[in-house]
Amino acid sequence: MTKSYEELPLTPISTEPSTLNLTGLWRVIRPVVDKEKCKKCKICWKFCPDAAIKLVDGEPVIDLRYCKGCGICAFECPQKCIIMVREDEA
Amino acid sequence: MRTVMTGNYASAYGAKLAKVEVIAAYPITPQTSIVEKLAEFVSTGELRAKFIPVESEHSAMAACIAAETAGARTYTATSSHGLTLMHEVLMWASGARLPIVMTNVSRAMAPPWSVWVDHMDSIAQRDTGWLQFFCESNQEVLDTIIMAYKVCESSGVMLPAMVIEDAFILSHTSEPVSVPEQELVDSFLPAYAPEYKIEVGKPMGFGSLVKPDQYMEFRYKAMLGMKEARDRFLSVEQEFKHIFGREYGGLLEHYRCDDAEVVLACAGSVASTAKDVVDSLRARGIRVGLARIRAFRPFPHQEFRALGAKVDGIAVLDRSYTFGAAGAMFTEVKASAYSGQNRPIIKNYIAGLGGRDITPKIIEKVFEDIQIVTKRREEPDVEWVDVAGLPRRWR
Amino acid sequence: MALMPTVTIPEEEFTYPGSTGCPGCGANLVMRYMLKALGERTIISIPACCWAVMPGYWPVGCLRVPLLYTAFEATGAAISGLRAALDIKGVEDVTVVGFAGDGGTVDIGLQALSGAAERRTDAIYMMYDNEAYMNTGIQRSGSTPWGAWTTTTPIGTTHGFKHEFKKDIMTIMQAHGIPYAATVSVAHPEDFIKKIRKAKDIQGFRFVHALSPCPPGWRMNPAETIEVAKLAVDTHIFPLYEIDQGKIHVTRKGKGVPVIEYLKLQGRFSHLTEAEVDSIQTAVDARYKMLLEKEASGT
Repeated sequence: MTKSYEELPLTPISTEPSTLNLTGLWRVIRPVVDKEKCKKCKICWKFCPDAAIKLVDGEPVIDLRYCKGCGICAFECPQKCIIMVREDEA
Repeated sequence: MRTVMTGNYASAYGAKLAKVEVIAAYPITPQTSIVEKLAEFVSTGELRAKFIPVESEHSAMAACIAAETAGARTYTATSSHGLTLMHEVLMWASGARLPIVMTNVSRAMAPPWSVWVDHMDSIAQRDTGWLQFFCESNQEVLDTIIMAYKVCESSGVMLPAMVIEDAFILSHTSEPVSVPEQELVDSFLPAYAPEYKIEVGKPMGFGSLVKPDQYMEFRYKAMLGMKEARDRFLSVEQEFKHIFGREYGGLLEHYRCDDAEVVLACAGSVASTAKDVVDSLRARGIRVGLARIRAFRPFPHQEFRALGAKVDGIAVLDRSYTFGAAGAMFTEVKASAYSGQNRPIIKNYIAGLGGRDITPKIIEKVFEDIQIVTKRREEPDVEWVDVAGLPRRWR
Repeated sequence: MALMPTVTIPEEEFTYPGSTGCPGCGANLVMRYMLKALGERTIISIPACCWAVMPGYWPVGCLRVPLLYTAFEATGAAISGLRAALDIKGVEDVTVVGFAGDGGTVDIGLQALSGAAERRTDAIYMMYDNEAYMNTGIQRSGSTPWGAWTTTTPIGTTHGFKHEFKKDIMTIMQAHGIPYAATVSVAHPEDFIKKIRKAKDIQGFRFVHALSPCPPGWRMNPAETIEVAKLAVDTHIFPLYEIDQGKIHVTRKGKGVPVIEYLKLQGRFSHLTEAEVDSIQTAVDARYKMLLEKEASGT
C-alpha cells in the first residue's frame, strides 16, 4: 500500500522489525525434529542463519513462519534427529 | 571585528562562527587555506570540533553524511575535481535530507588543467538537490555560510547547501570583512537539533531500500524542501539584516533594474565589475541594469518572470557551458521568462572560462550587443566571448 | 546420562528472523554472531552489498541496533564520520562498526578502508567475505580465490576461471600497523565471539575478516554452509588467526585436510583439473607454512 507523501519521514528511516516478513513462505523443504532423540545440545539453534530456532526451556523450537528450509540444522545435528521433508509431502 | 581577509578565510570564519562540530576535508587548490585555517582553529581550541583529514573528497562528503546523521553540524570545502568526485555522495546527502554546508571554490575542470575560476564544476551539480549560492564578495561568503546553516536546518527544508566563491578572485584576494561577534551569531543560529538522528539504543535504519511503489513520494518531499527553501531563504536574510545589518537582495539581486531597457544576468565576482559598468553606462544615459543570480538553486523563477515582463532584453553571462545545449543559467532564465506575456530577447554569452578575465570593456560590449539584438528582435545564437580565432573582437 | 549442555555462545539475539538473506546464508551468521558479541551499544554502517538488502524494504529492518546505509565505497569514511560525531557529542561506550562485503572492502572500498585505518579510527571493520560481488549476481572481486568460476570469470572454451590470487587483506591491514586484526569462521562461533569481544575492548582500528559461504554463489548445498566453513579452516585455506599488536597468533591450527574435500562441495570449482587442484594444494600449503613461520618468528 503506497503511503501518501505526507505520512512519510523525510528520508527512509526503518523502524519496523523484519518479523513482519514471513520468510517461511519461501520454503520447499522443512525440518522435522524427532523430540525423542533430541539431546538439547542446542547446536541447531547455534547454527541457524535466520535465528529462526528459539530455545524454549532449553529445547529448540523451529519457528516455521521464518524457517527457509536451508537444512543446516539437519546437517549439523549430531543426533541426526532432524530430517528434511518436502513441503508438499509434509 | 572589521578586518581584511581572503574569501577562503571568510569561509573558515563563517564555519567557525557557525560552531561546526565535524569537519572532514581534503586539500585541493584553491580551497586549501580554508581547511588549513580550520585545522588551526581546532588545534588551538578556538573551535571545538573534530577535524577528519580524509583521504579523498568522496570520503570527505561520506564522512560528513555519517556525522550529520549522528546529529553533528558538519562542514567541508572543495573545488573543481574534488566537487565532481563527490558527485555520487552529493546526491546521497540531499536524498538523506542532511543540512550539510560546504564551500565550493568554483574552478575550471580538466583537461586542460586549470586552477582558475569558472563555474562548470558548480553548475554540474545543479541536479543534486543542493542549494547553491554564488557570492560576489568575501563578506557575502562569510555571511552566506551562517545564513545557509539556518536555512538548511529549518525543519521544512533539511537540504544541504553549497556556498560558492570564485577561485582566486575571491578565495585568495583580500577584501574588508566584518567578522560578527560569536554571541550575535549564537542569537541568530541555534544548535543543530534534528528530529531524527542515529543513536545508540534506537534501532532505526537510515537510508533503506524503497520499492518503485513508494520512491516517488520521498523525492516529492525533497522537492517540497527545495520549494520551502526559497521562502525560508528570504525570511532568514531579513532576520540576518535585522541582527547584523547586512543583506544581499534575496535570490536575485536587482541593481538599477527599475527602468532598465536591457539587463545583464550573471553570478559571482563578475557582477562586481558589471555593477561598475552599469554605473558608467547609466552616467551616459544608457538604461541598463544588472540582475545578480545569488541563488542558482532554488532558481529565482518568479523574479526572472517579473523582470522579463519589464525589460526588452536580457544578456545572460554564463561562466560555464552545457555542451549540446547552452549555458545553464541562460537556459533557466529563458525558461522563466517564457511563460510571461512580454517575452524579452534573451541572449547567452559564454565568458570567463578557465579564469579568462572578464574586463569592464568586455561587459560594455556585451551591453552594446544585447541592445542591438534586442532592437532587431532577432532570436540570437549563443555567443562565445573573447575566443581567439572568432571574428568578433572583445578587447 | 550426559549433563544438559549449556549454550556456548550468548543466548540473546540481536537479529530478527525475516531477513531476506538466501537460505543457508553465511553472512546472516556473521552478523548474528558479531552482534551477540558486541551487544546493544553498537552502531553499524553498511554499504551497498548483500547486507544492504537483507534487512528488507523500508520500513522494515532486522537488526536490534541502529544502522546507517551508505554508498558502496564509503564504509571507511562513514565510520570515521560516525566516530567523530559521537566523540564531539560526548557519547561514550559505543562500538562503531563498518560491516562490508569483500568487494566493498578490498576493491572499491580499499581507499576509504586504508584512510580509516591510517587515521586510527576508533571502530571495528568487519569484512564478510563471500568471495565475489554476490549482491549483483556473482561477479568476481579481488577476493575471489584462484580457480573459482564467477559470471565474469566464466569457463567457456578458454578455461577462463579466475587466474589471479585472492587479495591478502589481512597482510594489508597488518601493514597499516593497526592494533588488532583477526580471521573468524561461522563454523567456530565460540572463537568468533571471543575475538569480537577482544576486539571490542581494544581502542583504535580493528579489522575482522569473516569467511562467509554463499550457497548460490559458491554453487553449493545450503545445508552444508557450516561444513564448508569448517573445511575452509581444516584445509588451511582460511586459517583462524589474530594479528595482535602486529604479532601473528594462530588460534586454530586446523586438521590439515586435503583441499579437494573443500573444493568438491562447491560447483564453482567443479571445472578444475587434477593438476589445478594440486596447484591449489601446493599454494595453500606454502601460505600456511609461511603463516606458521611468521608466528614463530614473532612478526
